[in-house]
Amino acid sequence: MRIPPKYTQIAAITILGAATVFTVAILIFILVFVLEKGLPILSLNFLFTSPADMGRSGGIFPILIGTVLLPLLAIIVAAPLGIATSVYLVEFTNESRITRLIRFGTDCLAGVPSIIFGLFGFIFFVTILGMGWSIMSGGLSLAFMILPTIIRTSEEAIRAVPKAYREVSFSLGASRWQTVRKVVIPNALPGVVTGVVLGIGRSIEETAVVIFTAGSSLLIPTSVFDSTRTMAVHFYILAREGLSMENAYGTAAALIIAVLIVNLTAYFMMHRFIAKRN
Amino acid sequence: MQQEKNIKIDIRHVNIFARDVKILKDLNFEVNSNQILGIIGPAGSGKTTFLRSLNRMNELETGWRIDGQILLDGKDIYDSELDVNSLRKRVGIVFALPVALPMSIYENIVYGLRLSGVSDKKRLDEIVEKSLSAAFLWDEVKDRLSLSGLRLSGGQQQRLCLARVLAMEPDVILLDEPCSGLDPISTTWIEDALTELKKKYTIILVTNNTMQAARVADMTAFFLMGELIEIGLTKQIFTAPVKKETSDYITGRFG
Amino acid sequence: MKLLGEKGVERLLSVVAFSAISALGLIAVFIFIEGLPFLFKYGIKDFLLSSDWRPDAGKFGIYPMIAASFWVMLGAMLIGAPLGIAGAIFLAEFVPKTVMNIIKPAIELLAAIPSVIYGFIGVVVLAPVIRDLFGGPGLSLLAGAIILGIMIMPTVISISIDSLLAVPVSFREGSLALGATKWQTVHMLTTKAAKSGIVASIILGMGRAIGETMAVIMVTGNSVMIPHSPLESVRTLTANIALEMSYAIGMHREALFATGVVLFIVIIILNSIASVAIRKKVIVK
Repeated sequence: MRIPPKYTQIAAITILGAATVFTVAILIFILVFVLEKGLPILSLNFLFTSPADMGRSGGIFPILIGTVLLPLLAIIVAAPLGIATSVYLVEFTNESRITRLIRFGTDCLAGVPSIIFGLFGFIFFVTILGMGWSIMSGGLSLAFMILPTIIRTSEEAIRAVPKAYREVSFSLGASRWQTVRKVVIPNALPGVVTGVVLGIGRSIEETAVVIFTAGSSLLIPTSVFDSTRTMAVHFYILAREGLSMENAYGTAAALIIAVLIVNLTAYFMMHRFIAKRN
Repeated sequence: MQQEKNIKIDIRHVNIFARDVKILKDLNFEVNSNQILGIIGPAGSGKTTFLRSLNRMNELETGWRIDGQILLDGKDIYDSELDVNSLRKRVGIVFALPVALPMSIYENIVYGLRLSGVSDKKRLDEIVEKSLSAAFLWDEVKDRLSLSGLRLSGGQQQRLCLARVLAMEPDVILLDEPCSGLDPISTTWIEDALTELKKKYTIILVTNNTMQAARVADMTAFFLMGELIEIGLTKQIFTAPVKKETSDYITGRFG
Repeated sequence: MKLLGEKGVERLLSVVAFSAISALGLIAVFIFIEGLPFLFKYGIKDFLLSSDWRPDAGKFGIYPMIAASFWVMLGAMLIGAPLGIAGAIFLAEFVPKTVMNIIKPAIELLAAIPSVIYGFIGVVVLAPVIRDLFGGPGLSLLAGAIILGIMIMPTVISISIDSLLAVPVSFREGSLALGATKWQTVHMLTTKAAKSGIVASIILGMGRAIGETMAVIMVTGNSVMIPHSPLESVRTLTANIALEMSYAIGMHREALFATGVVLFIVIIILNSIASVAIRKKVIVK
């Protein structure tokens, strides 16, 4: 017996729709679960006092500083490299074996698991270069990790700048670099910044790399060669060692909010960028 | 009528290839100063390719090659010593589709000047007014120079593009079907501007509209399938063409 | 930049452009320098196929971890891939574009949630449920597979949607015009045209599943055992590195780097396959 196409369609849509709803429900569940338990603990006091007794009590102030400094350093290193790479790929070369190699390298780097970045950062920055567990080692390792994100996003944004703008610029006697500086970059900027923001997001979320390269000191860092910990690491240690569920939830809520803010910023920037382009 | 010849551009044995296909074949002719040369011919006859080879815009595409010589004021523009960017400042181009850069009207006009390092505000202001006036756009935009160029209408944008080229004070102005997307009134504006501008510049106008060539060009060249079929005074081309293809095209038998 | 001149800028950029590939090379070199000598000293076969992992006794067999990584990955794919592809098809084909433009970024937000949070949810919510329903310790291969399945879903959905949307509208209209229902069009035409992109999304998801560390450490229980049932506690390759690195010295540390080498090679192979598949899609487009 053959089921009429109309019914298979209804059945298919129901199943597919249920899968989608399920996925979205998980997202909502995670957000609600963490925020419901964490928000009551989250307060200005919690954010701006230092932890006491290994984090069993007190706040997360030094961790907040670490969470700002590590991604900041990572972005200071990775953004110029990544943006320059994408400018080179789009503006200064034609498709060739070299560009394919660069793209393949970028794709592979994007797929490398964070534990490998952690191992590498530990052996290279921490041990061989003698930077120790520090903001420097952590920031540089994170920079390696977010480089592909920045390259891909800004490459896309730069490619989206209309070819006609470049033609006009060249026809008025601009060199390639002048064209890039005056026409391409300003027009691709929102997209490029989106990539940078996503890179910041990736750095905030990361745990394995940071534990291996920046250590987990609870003190307020006074130099880039001090060890520190980020909210993700702090949360992991609190939860895993069962030090304080309450503070773990508070940290988790702060972490989720930070991630939400960063990603929503990136999303809205991208959205405006696309809207402007059309 | 004997006209005094003052050769601005000399095209000698020029062949142009795109991915090894010859798209322009053995071009040989001269362009005189302070004249408008109209280039007519059906689509795909190589008019645009030729025009873009005069300021080396073709080089932006891959798989493109030229042999022969193009002399501007007696100097080969493909000489390896010559700086392509200063060539493009001397030979300006207006494209078929108006492209205002996404910046203010004022910044559009001074874009090229700023590249050359001109930063004196007074001088820039002067040039902006002069170029916009010469392109018959000044009166329409003088009160809103800080408005984005993208907010102008198509006809206004095309005059903006013309003014942007004029601001560079080039020797030669190339126009690639500048009125193809414009309404008749905007077209008239552009044509009037060109007639005025030839006193100062050498102008090459590629057009699909043969009547436009008849209206504004001093000399007209007819291209067909990558070959120059005929070049001569506009009047002669339109009233007494030598070649059969020319008269067929002009009378509308093909194209 | 004036100082550099045009040529200088170009040269500088052409050097910087190799930053990503150099980073990859640098990582490979240092992981290999640390790990490869051990592999040859200890024997690749013994290292990969022995089940005896007792670092204090100089025994370094990672077979249980390889098996654990494989089974956890497979479980994650069985859960994440069908759900992800189903979601992608639903969003790309059956809902208005405005709805998709809200839900797709929301799902991509799932990818942005830190893995430690997933791990934590696994510990406090999922593990007790598994323990109550099926018995066993709760923290298990199954818990790892479920959490990872959820974690890879955004990757699968996002790339699959992109490749579905890349199928020209005219294909679909052609099929609908012949009297096919929307679902017939989708499963006989659109998904086939988007196949290589969907395959790539699955392979990239596999890469993520094998490479994930923190969430796995938290939910799989971490016993070094070859799993016989999904309810047993297992330890993956990544977990093994992360758990023991902090105190490993000498041969032990080298063995962990050698584990990194194995992981690195597996990931590069998976990414190469995925990038070939994605490139194919681009050509079709």
